[in-house]
Amino acid sequence: MDTSNWADIWTVLSLSLKVAGWATAITLVFGVALGWLLARKRFPGRELLDTLCTLPMVLPPTVLGYYLLVLVGSRGPIGAWLQEHFGINLIFTWQGAVLAAAIVTFPLVFKPARAAFEAVEGQYEQAARVLGISEWALFLRVTLPLAWRGIMAGLLLAFARALGEFGATLMIAGNIPGQTQTLSIAVYEAVQAGRDDVANILAAITALVCIAVLLSATRLMPGRVAHQH
Amino acid sequence: MQLDFHIRKTLQSGARVFTLDVRLQAQAQRVVIAGPSGAGKSQALKGIAGLLRPDAGHVRIDGQTLYDSERGIFMPPQARRLAYVFQDYALFAHLNVRQNIAFALSRGWLNPRRGARHAAVEYWIEAFELGPLAHQYPHELSGGQRQRTALARALVAQPRALLLDEPFAALDSELRQTMRAELDALQRRLQVPMVLITHDPQDVALFGEQVLHLHEGRVQAAPTRSTPDLNPQADDSYTARVAPATLAR
Repeated sequence: MDTSNWADIWTVLSLSLKVAGWATAITLVFGVALGWLLARKRFPGRELLDTLCTLPMVLPPTVLGYYLLVLVGSRGPIGAWLQEHFGINLIFTWQGAVLAAAIVTFPLVFKPARAAFEAVEGQYEQAARVLGISEWALFLRVTLPLAWRGIMAGLLLAFARALGEFGATLMIAGNIPGQTQTLSIAVYEAVQAGRDDVANILAAITALVCIAVLLSATRLMPGRVAHQH
Repeated sequence: MQLDFHIRKTLQSGARVFTLDVRLQAQAQRVVIAGPSGAGKSQALKGIAGLLRPDAGHVRIDGQTLYDSERGIFMPPQARRLAYVFQDYALFAHLNVRQNIAFALSRGWLNPRRGARHAAVEYWIEAFELGPLAHQYPHELSGGQRQRTALARALVAQPRALLLDEPFAALDSELRQTMRAELDALQRRLQVPMVLITHDPQDVALFGEQVLHLHEGRVQAAPTRSTPDLNPQADDSYTARVAPATLAR
């Protein structure tokens, strides 16, 4: 294999890491916010919202990608609005790949975050309230640190999943080498083109990164969370 | 302490509907709310602390209104300057003893740092002999040490009153005697007003300067004034009313 192949592989890998990193950051914010909301608040439509948040876990990624295309495509309601007001187009861009990966991986953060928040007894928050700590501060100082291990494990899973995202990404961002061609799409293309050497290397890299991430996640998901009882 | 409260709250858990309706006017440093478990003692105490919003009523301490449904006043728990010691202490598992005690002193979005030293925190660490344990975490402590840490955390903020939810229930009987005597001495020394809830007649006897007996959400008899050491009647009258199961403890 010549050096230009290595450069291509690096391009694919760095793009994939960039997309997975941004997607994980976005799921962190929304997954934690919605996980907390559903763990702590009672409101009508709560279980429906939970179902919608879990849906990307069971829906085929191509179906998700299709719906995204309908929504954020140039003629979709969100896509047209973004284009008109901000001049933003997500289709066939790496930002579109981020959006696709963020939505596919969202339940992997949301579910453990909700469970982790539910496991934090309300008593700790009450104790902080009586001690004069504001609601925002007690979320950052008490709730989040006590739920953190569960959330972190979900984030690592989400990162690994985002790295290998294929279906929804292909629908939204396409397959443009150097721009939107991520690891699993590059593997697919290499196999289609009969370039087994490239496919082997890319597949091995993907597997190694995912194994490393999963090992870290297992370490963070112990049978018990450090609680006093 | 002048404590004047009336708390009415209908609570529903599953099919059981429970109405709490408690009234008390106390002029004592040590108030005890006594009764069997399920009588609504914790709910009443949470109502005073602002952790539970009653349906109606009022809470006044030393002339200041903390809650008044008719006047539309509900002071959030953060502003009430009360200290609450939970039954199993609710120490923050991710913070060591010193950080737990310093918790209320740092008001921002960050917890006290491990290396930080506050004079008030060090004073209470010293007073409760927690020095050698200051860097340990709650799960490494014994029951008595946890209680001392919880008391220190509560007292550091200089509350106007100390609310204690079954403070000795989590301890074995020998330690219970020790900690009871310790709290008694501490309260006498600091003269901090306290409201203690318990199902244990011995707590009533020792701390019940003024006692409110609760049964199924209602006050059972007019609060009686008694001098605990001189008046064993207070003890007897209480034990006569509680369920046998409670007495067996």
